[in-house]
Amino acid sequence: MLENTVPLSHYLMLSATLFVIGVVGVLIRRNVIVVFMSIEIMLNAVNISLIAFDHYMNLSNGQIFSFMVMCVAAAEVSVGLAIIISIHRNKPTVNLDDFNLLKW
Amino acid sequence: MLLKLTCLIPLYPLIGSIINGFFGLKIGKKAVGFIACGSMVLSFLTSVLVYVGFLMLPEGQHVFEQVVWTWFGAGDFVVDFGFQVDPLTLVMMFVVTGVGLIIHVYAVGYMQEEYSYYRFFAYFNLFVSAMLLLVMGNNFLLMFIGWEGVGCCSYFLIGYYFEKKSACDAGTKAFIVNRVGDFAFLLAVMYIFNVFGTIDFTDVMHAAPEKLIYGGEIVTIITMLLFVGATGKSAQIPLYTWLPDAMEGPTPVSALIHAATMVTAGVYMLVRCSVLFNLSPLTMIVVAFIGGGTAIMAATIGMTQFDIKRVLAYSTVSQIGYMFMACGVGAYTAAIFHLVTHAFFKACLFLGAGSVIHGIHGEQDMRNMGGLRKHMPVTYWTFFISALTIAGIPPLAGFFSKDEILYHSLMDGNIIFWGMGISAALLTSFYMFRLVFMTFHGVSRVDPSVHPHESPKIMTMPLVVLAGLATVGGMLGIPLFHGWHILHNWLEPVLHFDLASALQHSEHMLHEAGRHAPSWAHLLEPKEHNLWIESLLMVFSTVIAITGVAGAYIFYIKRPDLPEKFTQGQWGLDMVQNKYYVDELYDDVIVKPTVEGSNLLWQECDAKAIDGTANGIAKIIGWCSRQAQTLQSGFVRNYALFIVVGFISLLLVMF
Repeated sequence: MLENTVPLSHYLMLSATLFVIGVVGVLIRRNVIVVFMSIEIMLNAVNISLIAFDHYMNLSNGQIFSFMVMCVAAAEVSVGLAIIISIHRNKPTVNLDDFNLLKW
Repeated sequence: MLLKLTCLIPLYPLIGSIINGFFGLKIGKKAVGFIACGSMVLSFLTSVLVYVGFLMLPEGQHVFEQVVWTWFGAGDFVVDFGFQVDPLTLVMMFVVTGVGLIIHVYAVGYMQEEYSYYRFFAYFNLFVSAMLLLVMGNNFLLMFIGWEGVGCCSYFLIGYYFEKKSACDAGTKAFIVNRVGDFAFLLAVMYIFNVFGTIDFTDVMHAAPEKLIYGGEIVTIITMLLFVGATGKSAQIPLYTWLPDAMEGPTPVSALIHAATMVTAGVYMLVRCSVLFNLSPLTMIVVAFIGGGTAIMAATIGMTQFDIKRVLAYSTVSQIGYMFMACGVGAYTAAIFHLVTHAFFKACLFLGAGSVIHGIHGEQDMRNMGGLRKHMPVTYWTFFISALTIAGIPPLAGFFSKDEILYHSLMDGNIIFWGMGISAALLTSFYMFRLVFMTFHGVSRVDPSVHPHESPKIMTMPLVVLAGLATVGGMLGIPLFHGWHILHNWLEPVLHFDLASALQHSEHMLHEAGRHAPSWAHLLEPKEHNLWIESLLMVFSTVIAITGVAGAYIFYIKRPDLPEKFTQGQWGLDMVQNKYYVDELYDDVIVKPTVEGSNLLWQECDAKAIDGTANGIAKIIGWCSRQAQTLQSGFVRNYALFIVVGFISLLLVMF
């Protein structure tokens, strides 16, 4: 069946890869929207690993937890986008490095 | 029970002071004067009642103690807030409330023009309250409170005209010089507690002959410290310099505080602790020498001063020197007697001087006076009587008291003390009449634009009363005939000292310590009251007093050119006129090094070392922070990198 076809390690590899892509995206991209999307990728990478574990261990906690993550992510997206829009109104740019006022 | 009223005596002036101090501006001058004098009247009347109550005490009981509450206690150390009434206290109470009342009445007239009238009376009443606490307290610590209280009020009142720099300086000087003495006094109190385990007067005096060795180190140290305390408050060498400067205050202040009452606190304290002093012959000699020396030195300075109040100030210093000399030879009664008569005549003299100053609108220099006799007859006559009194002309009060001191200084002391006393007496009568003649006689040197006038009744009446007291005050202690000395009989219970048994105890204690007791037999030889010597001395000192007056008459009335001729080119005059340069000496030896040392400490130690350390630490921390602040770059992605790096290193550490 399914467990014979795709082993757990593959899912985990996928999850890790996506997560690293997300991290790198956050670190190297300057576009706010892209950074934001990278964060979403990281979240979903974690979701994948959660569900994979859930499946292989015959539990349902992981699914519930990933739903939780989705909810939080949805909320986070709405707040984050609102912030981005209001920042954009003050400064007509989406370049993250232009928003460096909040320091000493 | 009448004696229960004791605690009210210092309370009345305190209440008066509080009312005047807080509401004085609102209630108006009349009410202020009324409250101030009223509280004094109440206090005086209560003293009379307490006196009556004291007379009704059963035979053999000579002290009444009233403990109002326990002030504080720590372990064995318990201090009561309590009053003690004994013959000595009663004498002092009458002097303080009686003379105080008279001067209060005078001050109502004298201070009439002052704006901060209420402030003056608030301090004045507070002073009386503190002074009463001083003389009525039943332990050393309560006495110390009064001691500090009077010093504080003295400071307030010397600096009453605080817009004047000289007045402020004088106040500060008085306070600081007094502090030196107070410190010694406090040390003495601590030592007494250490030795006796109590600071109650009655207990200490009772235990002293049994606990202390006659002439031993402990009692000598204690009495020396007490005496240093007394020199501060009573303006004796070496701490007398503040008193002449204290004349910056209003004249009633000089009369009450710096002549009649506060400055005699030291004498009171010595008499109160007479048992301790009797046990230390060394201290007694020091006291007598300092007293006699002060008497002469201040009298010589008094001869050369021209400020009317300063002459009187030096006269006060000199007269208190007499009292100390009397204490030093063991004639405590004579000291208290002179204290009382001095309070009368010196208060009268000061108030008279105030009346003169008032009459010629603030002039204090005697060179600008003269011929005032016609303009102010009452002031003149009262002043004249008081001057005769202080000069020691019989049968006025000063004659009796001064003569008693001179007699005792010869009989109980030695010829040196007597010589000091008699020469000071000569100088006293000379400078007093120099003052009288320069002020009231001769041609007028008053500024022609000023019209001298007699002071109002409210000021002259107190003068008359005081002059009357100065005249008859001598009746308290008629000499010659045994048993006629009222004051002596009255104070006997307080001053009673059994030398024989004290010596026995000392011998016993020395033997126990394995030491050999010296021979004290000669101390116990009875001294006879020699009528002939006393009469002879009286005649002699009268002659001396008259010589002084006559000398002043020749110098300042007959031949006014003489003083000039006499002093021309005398190197000594400069020295005396400049008060032996003692102030300058103190300035150079104590004040300047202190100021310079403080400056050094301030600029080198405080500003550089301490501030430098504190600021240095702050600077180092600031530098570290500036290095750290570059981490907060404001770039969000930087922060994200930190998170990742941190997380990865955490993982590496954990696994």
